[in-house]
Amino acid sequence: MDIARPSLTMGPVYYLWDSAKWRDFHFRIAEESPFERVVIGETVCSKRQHFIEPHIAEVIERLEDAGKTVLLSTLALVTLERESRLIRELARDSQHMVEANDLSALGLLNGKAHSIGPLVNVYNSATARLLAERSACRICLPPELPFSSVKRVVSETPGVDFEVFAFGRMPLAISARCAHARSKGKIKDNCQFVCGEDPDGLPVRTLDRQSFLALNGVQTISHTCQALLGELGELAACGVSAIRLSPQDCDMVAVATLYRDALDGNIGADEAAEKLRRVYPAAPLSNGFHHGREGAAWVARARDTAHAG
Amino acid sequence: MELICPAGTPAAFREAVDAGADAVYCGFRDETNARNFPGLNFTRDELREAIAYARRNGTQTFVALNTFMRAGDEEIWYRAAADAVALGADAMILADFGLMAHVAEHYPDQRLHVSVQASASNVDAINFLVDAFNAKRVVLPRTLTIADIARIAPKIRCEIEVFVFGGLCVMAEGRCSLSSYATGKSPNMNGVCSPASHVRYRKEADELVSELGAYTINRFAAGEAAGYPTLCKGRFDIADEPGYAFEDPVSLDVMGEIDALTAAGVSALKVEGRQRGKAYVAEVVSTLKKALSAKPDDRSALLAHLRGLSEGQKTTSGAYEKRWR
Amino acid sequence: MRFPATLAAPLNVIPVAAIERATSILFRRVMKEHPHLFVRLGEHLGKCFAFMPTDIPLVFVVSPAQPSIHVVRRAKAPPDADACVEGPIVMLLALLEGRCDADALFFSRDLTVSGNMEAMLAMRNALDDCDIDLPRDLSALAGPLAPIVSRVAEGIRQRALTGEAGRWN
Repeated sequence: MDIARPSLTMGPVYYLWDSAKWRDFHFRIAEESPFERVVIGETVCSKRQHFIEPHIAEVIERLEDAGKTVLLSTLALVTLERESRLIRELARDSQHMVEANDLSALGLLNGKAHSIGPLVNVYNSATARLLAERSACRICLPPELPFSSVKRVVSETPGVDFEVFAFGRMPLAISARCAHARSKGKIKDNCQFVCGEDPDGLPVRTLDRQSFLALNGVQTISHTCQALLGELGELAACGVSAIRLSPQDCDMVAVATLYRDALDGNIGADEAAEKLRRVYPAAPLSNGFHHGREGAAWVARARDTAHAG
Repeated sequence: MELICPAGTPAAFREAVDAGADAVYCGFRDETNARNFPGLNFTRDELREAIAYARRNGTQTFVALNTFMRAGDEEIWYRAAADAVALGADAMILADFGLMAHVAEHYPDQRLHVSVQASASNVDAINFLVDAFNAKRVVLPRTLTIADIARIAPKIRCEIEVFVFGGLCVMAEGRCSLSSYATGKSPNMNGVCSPASHVRYRKEADELVSELGAYTINRFAAGEAAGYPTLCKGRFDIADEPGYAFEDPVSLDVMGEIDALTAAGVSALKVEGRQRGKAYVAEVVSTLKKALSAKPDDRSALLAHLRGLSEGQKTTSGAYEKRWR
Repeated sequence: MRFPATLAAPLNVIPVAAIERATSILFRRVMKEHPHLFVRLGEHLGKCFAFMPTDIPLVFVVSPAQPSIHVVRRAKAPPDADACVEGPIVMLLALLEGRCDADALFFSRDLTVSGNMEAMLAMRNALDDCDIDLPRDLSALAGPLAPIVSRVAEGIRQRALTGEAGRWN
């Protein structure tokens, strides 16, 4: 059987980047990258919204001109009325497909084709089917899901396009409290956007100097970078239709090109991993979750599907 | 105002009932609930006896099935739901949409509560669960202030239960993979956070070092109050500054705010601690019960006494107070 | 509170075998009263658990699978067990009877746990569910030990309830 080659999706930028940097980054993605679809919009903290707002229209235009599909991401944690309003408006008015990252968006998007982001708990096909009945047509599965679960959910939920989080520091937790601001002596309500000082996250080390986690505003992310490369073959074979790459502060065009080459069988997994380490040297690679292990683990594979044929 | 109390063993269950709990919540001895700890929780027979004991004393029993069904193993959760219904649970506390849909479809008369693990933190989210699954009550995430709760309450179509005492999740509940990142055991899929199987304490000179998996979570100087190495309560280095990056080893105590919570529209107060011993349950439940009917001035003296039982022996109002953020 | 040193000192001269015989009688009695004591251990039934009073020069090693209890003198080297809990004898007995919350004691560093934490947690939960009441459970003991045992147990209970364990921390 001929297996359809998965396409590439770029997830939303989780970090607070300077406005111009955010805009230019997406312009370059539009012009040079092999992504098929791009998710944009502030996902982590509503206070950051105004940084990207002035450039959203032009970024969408560039991306669409380049033939990319644009999706709009909703906030992961919605507690304030202002945040709820934002999501209601988006659900009602958006001309673009919306990607839901919390329960309120799930409720509001019923009846309108939408996507489910990796921050919504989809652990089984009963949940995936329920979301599909409520008009979800794409689901990016949570990074924590082992491959055994991915395989089952995909095979038991026909009619939905599934994505897997295959590159980037993994979103591990979100809080009402901003650890990032606190670490710099600020509180959330008067944070002065200090998270903007760390465009790739602020490292959290153990007292024994082990690199462990990173802070990104109210979000806690992994120190390691999820890198599913040797696993791409089995993901494609089980019916995953898109591979999601989550932007880090590095050359994402190079990352995307590398994944495209790996998916197309032009480069072996080991070589791809070596190259990836050079493109994004800030974090060690990990793929433990996929293998049912601790997320920080790197499971080297003897089997290299891309080279096996 | 209802007082909802934890029980990890039949003995603790009886203590909670005897101490005056309006409802006791508990779980089966497996991964279908978020306190899947060794030696804890209830067999079917134990739950049957516990429910009978509760009934005789006019106490309700809530069964927590508040983890997320592992793909391929859904039958474990479905069977637990069927058994909880058959044994006469007064309510089921659920987090997974797939399981909520299953329960709503197969047991339409069963009272369904939304677990804190579902992370329903706003009006639209809660009403979605009410409309989709006929949820009767939501346990609010510990991410909201009392003002937030007061704003939400009149707009939702179900009752509100909030945590008032005990362990405190710093992260939005049910949305945290920190523990599985370090250990491979997932709170959502396996029902354990910072599992004991991966905990190690070791003495290094005068210090006590706590580890989770391969990671150092804390170092305690001699005599310093220690804590279980729960990841989010660990001490870490940020930019070469050691400190509690997420939260001190404290536990939640907002019993001082009972009046404000009542005014905000809360109908049930929940005590965390199914993993704690029966002595803890008895002490906490009876004191809180007294505090509920005490005059505000007498309340603080009653509550001060409980502080020593808390993790790190310190308490916080957590997200209920805006400054915490 | 600590076990009075004047009472602990004779334990240095009494032969361990004699202490173990006496302890075994008590242990068997408790097992008879609570035959399901170790069911909650589940997969940890086969492990060995060391109870190490810091104020008595002895270590009690329980093997639930047998079930049996061994007594050894406290040595420099850690005892041969999968999991150990260390603390004043009063605290350990209070723990045995579920009269104090092990978490609270541990947070205050009155108890120190080492080795297989999962096994020790299972043991803690097993004990906690069991309603052990030493004076009551041991009152049925016949023989010359009986009055001593129940007097000592009751004495410890009183100390526990009025002393530091009584305030939990």
